[in-house]
Parts: sequence; C-alpha cells; structure tokens
Amino acid sequence: MTEPGALVSGGWLHPSLLLILGALLIPLLRDRMQQGYRILLSLAFLWAVWQTVPGIHAAFGFLGLDLVPGRADKLSLVFAYVFALITVIGTIYSLHVKDNVQHVTAYIYAAAAVGVVFAGDLVTLYVFWELMMLASVWLIWRRRTPESYAAGFRYLLVHAVSGVLLLAGIVLYYTQTGSIAFNQMDITGPAFYLILVGFMINAAVPPLHAWLTDAYPEATITGAIFLSAFTTKTAVYVLLRGFPGTELLVWLGAIMALWGVVYAVLANDIRRLLAYHIISQVGYMVAGVGMGTAIALNGTASHAFTHILYKAVLFMGAGAVIHMTGKSKLTELGGIYRYMPMTFLLYMIGAFSISAFPLFSGFVSKTMVVEAAAVDYRAWIWLMLTMASAGTFLHTGLKLPYFTFMGKDSGLRPKEAPWNMLLAMGIAAFFCVFIGVYPNWLYNFLPSPVDYNAYTVGHVLWELQLLLFTGLGFFLLLKYVGGDAKISLDTDWIYRRALPRIVGWVRRVGGAAWTGVVRTLQRSLEGAVVTLMRHHGPQGILARTWPTGSMVLWVAVILAGSLLLYYL
Amino acid sequence: MIHMGKFLEMLVRNARTLTWVMLALMAGLVIADVLIPTGYGRFPWDTIGGFGAFYGFVSCVLIIVVSKLLGYALLYRPEDYYDDALPRDESANEPGQTPEGRND
Repeated sequence: MTEPGALVSGGWLHPSLLLILGALLIPLLRDRMQQGYRILLSLAFLWAVWQTVPGIHAAFGFLGLDLVPGRADKLSLVFAYVFALITVIGTIYSLHVKDNVQHVTAYIYAAAAVGVVFAGDLVTLYVFWELMMLASVWLIWRRRTPESYAAGFRYLLVHAVSGVLLLAGIVLYYTQTGSIAFNQMDITGPAFYLILVGFMINAAVPPLHAWLTDAYPEATITGAIFLSAFTTKTAVYVLLRGFPGTELLVWLGAIMALWGVVYAVLANDIRRLLAYHIISQVGYMVAGVGMGTAIALNGTASHAFTHILYKAVLFMGAGAVIHMTGKSKLTELGGIYRYMPMTFLLYMIGAFSISAFPLFSGFVSKTMVVEAAAVDYRAWIWLMLTMASAGTFLHTGLKLPYFTFMGKDSGLRPKEAPWNMLLAMGIAAFFCVFIGVYPNWLYNFLPSPVDYNAYTVGHVLWELQLLLFTGLGFFLLLKYVGGDAKISLDTDWIYRRALPRIVGWVRRVGGAAWTGVVRTLQRSLEGAVVTLMRHHGPQGILARTWPTGSMVLWVAVILAGSLLLYYL
Repeated sequence: MIHMGKFLEMLVRNARTLTWVMLALMAGLVIADVLIPTGYGRFPWDTIGGFGAFYGFVSCVLIIVVSKLLGYALLYRPEDYYDDALPRDESANEPGQTPEGRND
C-alpha cells in the first residue's frame, strides 16, 4: 500500500493526471494548433479511461493515511466512461471558443469529476470534490456579465458549505472508525448525516438545489454542457457508493422529480427550464439510490449515463439557439425552425430521449428506476415518478421546442448553428438513439448483471399512452402554457432576499437599540456630572471656600456644647 | 440542411392531417391497451385498459394548473426582482455586449 508517487503504476496512468497536465499546456498553443491539441487531449483522456480495468491501480500512504486515488470497479467505470465521452463532445462543441481560461478550467473540472469516481478514500474524494468546485465556477464567471459574476459567487458559497459539511463528516468518520476508505457508510450519527448532506447539496436535492438553477443558465454557452454533466452526476455516484438503501432518499428523490417539473412550467429562460429538468431527472436517480435494490441501483447508474448524453444534447441545442439569436427567453423566441432545422431535429432527439419514448435512451434507463418502484410495490413513489415523466415530456419535449422553434414568428432570422456545434450534438444524439435501440451495450457496463427488459408490450403501451395523452393536454391548454416574462422565487430567495433582509433588520434594530443604550448611559452620566458639578463645581456647596471666621464660630459652638455637657 | 427546412415546412403546412393521424394513433393505442393484457398486476391500475392515457392527460392538466396557480399566487416576481443586488459592472456598456451576455 505504500509506494509513494504511485499515480502512474503498473502501466496505469491516472486519466485525471493526464488531463490536468495536458490542460496546462493549452495556453501555449494558438488557433488551429490549439483546436487540434484539445481534440487529441480529450481523446487521450477517453482512451485512458477506456483502458482502465477494475482493480486498485494506485495507493500510497501519506501522513499516516491510506490514500487510494486509483480504485476502479464497474460502478466507477460506468460513470468515468460517460464523463470522458462528454468531455470529447464538449470539446467539439466549444471548438470555436477563444478563451483559454474556459478551456483549461473545463478540463480540470472533468479531470476532478473522474478523480472523484476513481477515489477509493474520502480524503482523495474531498480534494477532487473541492477542485471540481474551484474549476467549474470559471465556466460561469467567463460569461462576463454582472449576473454571472453574482451567480458564480452564490454557486461558490453554496458549494463551500457542501465542502465544509463533507470535511467535517470525514473527520468524524475517521475518529469513529479509524479508516478513510470510501465504501457504503456503515455508521450512524452525525458523521453519516454530515457526509450525506454534503453529497445532497451537490446532487441538488431540494431544498438545497437552488444553486443549480441559479447558476447554470448564467454560465457560458459551452460551459453549461460541462456543468450539466459533472457536478450532479458525481454526487449521484457518491450517493450510489455510500448511501444505497437510505429510505429518506426515496421520498426526497420523488419530490425532486416533481419539484423540477413544477418550476419548469414557470420558467421562461430556456436554459433555466432545462436546469430544472436536471433536478427532476436526478430525482429519479436519488430515488433509485434510496430504494437500494439491484435493479434500482442499475437503473440509477444507467439513467445517469443516458441523462448526461441527452441533457448535453438539450443544453447544446438551447445553447446553439442563444448563440445564434442572442435571445434566451421563450417570450422572445419562436418560429425559427426554418432557419435552424438541424438544431431543431437534434434537439428533438434529446427531447424524445429525456421523455423516455421507446427507441430512445431514456426509455431503457428511466423505466428501470420506475420498474424498481413497482417491484417493491411502492405505489405513491411510482405514481409520482410517472407523473414527473409526463411533466418532462410536457416541458422539454413540447413547451420548450414549441415556443422556441415553432409557435408565433418572433421575427428572428438566425443562421444554422456552426458545424462543430451540430457535430457535437450529432454525436451525443447518436448515442441517445443507439442506447435506445441497443440497450445491452449500456447494460454491460452496469454494476450488477441486468435482468430487465424495457421493451415489454406493457411498458411500451403504457409509456406511449402516457406521453401522447400528455401531448393532447398540452395542445388543449396551449394558450396557458407559454412562458411568462417573470422569474419565480425558489429556495435561493432565502439567501438572496430573506437573509440579507434579516441582516438589514438586525442592523437597523440593533443599531437603534445600541444608540438607545448609549443615549441612556450618556443621560445618566450627564446626570452624574451635573450632580458632581452641583456639589463640587465652582459654585458647588462643597467647593466653597469657607472663611476662617466661620471656623472660629463653629469651634466656639463646640466648646459651648462641651461646657454645657460638662455641667449637666 | 435547406431540404430539412423545406421538409419541416411541409409538415407544418399539413398540420391538420398530422393531427388526425396522431389522434387515430392515440385511439388505436388505447384500444390495443384494452385488448392486450399487459402482463403486470402489481398495482390495481395495471389491469385497467387505457389507464396510461388517462393518467398522462390528468398529470399534464394537473401539472399545468397547479404550477401556474402557484406561480401567480406565490412565486412569480418581476424579472428585475433581484437586480438591485447586482455588482456594478464598468464593462456593461462595451460594444459587443448583448443583454444576454457574451456568447463565447
């Protein structure tokens, strides 16, 4: 266990190390050279991940701790594969961007996400966890608008809280068990909950979710692709690893799935709508983790895999629209399908996938989680998850594309998105269809053997009815479902409005109280000074100079008194 | 790509026909669901033909109505609601800065 510097051991190079070191060279290159280098680097990263076989590849002792930065098994590999794949896709999508800060931080972010899934101990996990936060915030800030600066700082603050809770939990865990190995949590008490809440913040579990929908729509067009893939899905991975079968998560997951749907109705910004559907989709995964059965955990892992790909298609489609039109609101878009038909069609492949239409990827993964609820006879959870499924199609499959690409003509005449954006969307969309048609390709990567067939008559009939009649509802209520030019309050209101107001109130009331106290003290002091002045001041009775005559008089009085007493 | 745009326009022109095709397909689905046993019996509704259609429609209407009510009664605010907390940005009026931010 104690070979120092074992990050490159037995022919295994840690993919994160490769990507971080490679990323640092990006600023040295320019133009075409740089573009080619970025593609090669992301492909090398994918290759390094793909070459990784299950086993302990790197472990060493450091300050008395057994660090294991290279633990791979089927669970970590399925996440690493899709993280590496989306890094390549994101690279192609952002090929035209000339901003070294974004290129470098996006790769460090991807490397840190893979570092988390290969971490066999909690300290390594924590280091990569924080690195993810520090790298990813730049993808928000580099939008360079006042909104993105502010949103980035809020993002940073929330994740700093997550990091502190996680660290506190790890320290308690170590003192309790004497180990930092990261496996299923076998303890109870504060350490369990601190680590759980730390993970839940990154998984965007309500009410700790608002950082996501606050920050992602303010990120750069290309940065949002990386953001939508890594942070929440590494959180799903660590929940899968550490907290399978935690009953609380079943209900939180089902609430999440619906929470995202409700807010997506109210959203007007297209990327905010999609961000709320990240929360909704991660809800299925969190619920799957909570159920903890083999089929539920397989469903969670496979849904994370398909989700990253179809969510990337959706964010890339929305990003392409914003890139070409400069508009991001449903109320300002419309009728542009003629001008961006490829973007529209590729977006729709992502939309059919997230909605779980048969032959698209979401169908083979989402129904596995829903099936897991059915196998356990969890009727309420099943109904909630199915309702969220209808809501998903309603928004990402109908509302967003209808009011963006179809609907009333907004007068916008954009050109089709650039080739690299379309290519990146095309690759991701290919995987959406490929996995939907040939699910065994994905099922082979899953942590346990899969004994599940999505394509039963019952499933297909149910899903098609559910989705098409959702569509009927949409077109009947078309007048009422469009975006409103409003924003909706979410739990971030607490730290954006309520807390500042409380602080303001405390300042005002506290200030007034303090002034009062000072004034009262002043008044009593003034009183004391006045009294002293009366007695000891220049006119005071005790400060008068008494003439010697009066002393003689008093001596005479005393003498007379004593004489009187003597004779009595 | 131009062909793709033309193809989509053709579809939009024939929206009425497409709607009828779609409705026929949906009716067919419900009939199929009534006739074909699904093979599942874990929940009471598994054996009711066409329940998926009913639940999908009800879910859709419920989600829209409840959410919009929540929005208008409680959650909606003007778009500039949080703007007073924004940092002052000197570069905000630089050329090339769209209201939606820089796109690269």
